[in-house]
Amino acid sequence: MSSPTEFLDTLLNITPTHYLVVAFALFAIGLAGVLIRRNAILILMGIELMLNSSNIVLLAAGRSFGLQEQSAGVFVVFVITIAAAEAIVGLALILACYRKWRDVSADRFNLMKW
Amino acid sequence: MSYSLSELVRPLIFYLLSFITLGSAFMVVVKRNIFHSALFLILSFFGVAALFITLDAEFLAAVQVLVYIGAIAILILFAIMLTRRISDPLVRQTTRSYILGAFVGALILFFLIFALLQLSPTTPYAPQTVEGGDATYSLGELLMTNYLIPFEVISVLLVAALIGAIILARPEKRTEKRGEKR
Repeated sequence: MSSPTEFLDTLLNITPTHYLVVAFALFAIGLAGVLIRRNAILILMGIELMLNSSNIVLLAAGRSFGLQEQSAGVFVVFVITIAAAEAIVGLALILACYRKWRDVSADRFNLMKW
Repeated sequence: MSYSLSELVRPLIFYLLSFITLGSAFMVVVKRNIFHSALFLILSFFGVAALFITLDAEFLAAVQVLVYIGAIAILILFAIMLTRRISDPLVRQTTRSYILGAFVGALILFFLIFALLQLSPTTPYAPQTVEGGDATYSLGELLMTNYLIPFEVISVLLVAALIGAIILARPEKRTEKRGEKR
């Protein structure tokens, strides 16, 4: 990767590694969103972004490392299902908390904190 | 070394989609107005679905659009509208240690890419041929054979989550409220 043409070559030949880098960046952005935002709904959005990045990793790695036929796709289906379950439970919790405190800031949810 | 136009199409599409996905994901995190955040989240989901198509997973791209955008994103929009006051720009939106949070995110990214470089500098991209021709068919077959039990378990999980969500979101009964003073 020393000469400019080789660098251009690696840039233009899309490998699963490129997808992995994109997925990692998406994961980092989602994690930062979870960590820096107060709003519980936005924390949920950050988690969804991280789950999306895991889906990209699964598909890219499935292409790259030769998983059995569509095994990666099966796991992506599972991840999507779990993301849906997590989203509905999370949003129901947030709505219940909002009804109680009129607020959805994550630092406001300290009822179980000792 | 020169590239023909057809060789350039694939990288260009990939970089465009990556830019859309990552850019809108970034906007989700930094936008003050949470409603705008949710709309950018939808755009990011679309970008990921398009990336799925470039990875030859058309069925999963359709599932992504249906489940993530059609269900989860809309549910999030509903939750935002039901908790209207919190999208007020006057309310502080970040935690006190947001610089630390951004730093941890960057650190994770650094370590992941470092590990990736350790793992394999260049893995060849498998050509776009799926044996048997139909990836969706083999996906369905795997779900009904090798992964049947996980599939059933995940169905039970989904039902349990639905019931839990209904119980959590249901308003408390008036009789209970009268019975015990909170």
